[in-house]
Amino acid sequence: MGYHLSFNLIWRHFDKLWGGLLLSLELAIISIAIGALIGLVLAVWYVSAGRVVRAIIAAYVEFIRNVPLILLVYLVFYGLPTAIDIAYGPTTSFVLTLSLYAGAYLVEVFRSGLEAVPRGQLDAGKALGLTPWQRLIDVRLPTMTRITLPALSNTFISLFKDTSVASVIAVPELTYGAQWINFSTFRIVEVYIVTTIMYLVTGYAILFGLRQVERRFRVER
Amino acid sequence: MEQILYAIPFLGHGLYITLLVSAIVVALSLFLGVLFGVGLVYGPWPVALMVRIFSDCIRGIPILVLIFVVYYGFPQLGLNMSSFWAAVLALTLFKTAQVIEYVRGAIGSIPRGQMEGAMSIGLVFSDRLRFVIFPQAVRRFLPPWINGVTDAIKGSALVSLLGVVDLMQAINQVIGRTYEPMPLYLLGAFIYFAINYSLSSLSRMLERRYSYIRD
Repeated sequence: MGYHLSFNLIWRHFDKLWGGLLLSLELAIISIAIGALIGLVLAVWYVSAGRVVRAIIAAYVEFIRNVPLILLVYLVFYGLPTAIDIAYGPTTSFVLTLSLYAGAYLVEVFRSGLEAVPRGQLDAGKALGLTPWQRLIDVRLPTMTRITLPALSNTFISLFKDTSVASVIAVPELTYGAQWINFSTFRIVEVYIVTTIMYLVTGYAILFGLRQVERRFRVER
Repeated sequence: MEQILYAIPFLGHGLYITLLVSAIVVALSLFLGVLFGVGLVYGPWPVALMVRIFSDCIRGIPILVLIFVVYYGFPQLGLNMSSFWAAVLALTLFKTAQVIEYVRGAIGSIPRGQMEGAMSIGLVFSDRLRFVIFPQAVRRFLPPWINGVTDAIKGSALVSLLGVVDLMQAINQVIGRTYEPMPLYLLGAFIYFAINYSLSSLSRMLERRYSYIRD
């Protein structure tokens, strides 16, 4: 047990970790935004669609949820450009992957959220003479958003942690920064202590913040 | 196409390693998770606090980082192990934290009166768990736990980064030879999907079956 902790080299290269953390957050935010859009559109479509559309949406959801994220990352980054004529860098490719991944989880969240909107609210909307579109936008979606808020923040925290997988295609996020310092300075224990603390502090800070928001908008049931 | 057929025995061995890693992780984490989970619910407060801190820390770290910490970090502290066992240890830590939460949720759903009733008929603690709490809690525990096995299988794909030739790494190596990424990644995705979808369907089936239980 002759290991002496020395953090000097970590602080010298701290910009790799700090920049990486910011990129991780950015990737998570962009992906949940695009994923929420995908999830919302598909969920609204799902609840009013026929059998065929439902089966296709369910296939997308089940495929994404049952395949390891790392395989999806490789598939989109290395596989897809050989099959169809597209070209992108690792970061764009990862955002695309994580958005599709988030979308699959959020379809389920939004679908159960839409079903949890009390029937009476929709009837009241009808009684007021709102069009189906108005009932969706002004009645159903606002209540659904409040119901699904806790699930949304959990998904966001998961996505933040999942951004670590981007390091395998050399997206310079936090885990990639840690690996870079690991291989170039060999201060292995120190860099992982710092990285782990950064993930934990950021994750729980976000969680705490989002819980405050949830409390503010909680639906009494 | 013939290249893929040629690669199938090799992928088969990779699949075997994937299943082996997952099986060891699932077995170890079930044992440790139930032990610590009971400690969390019924243990004295220092034990409960320790388990709570362990679980919250592990669940707050990405699995990939956990794998790197164990693989690169632990040998520096004098804990040497092969990449296979480093992968198993890291995934077991992750799964144990998950099982602890399932156990907490399952036991928490049993009304207090059950425990009190068991006390009043004079059962000792281990018998109270064995005859009263566990038989009821298992119905709450089983569906999420089986669904969580898919997390172990999906997480095991990350061990490819340590050079363990599991299914994921076998696929990458075949692609390294054939330069045909798309068919092989799709094949790999299909294999993972087939395994995990069966498990999650089983979980849903059990959930429906036990749905007569209410809070």
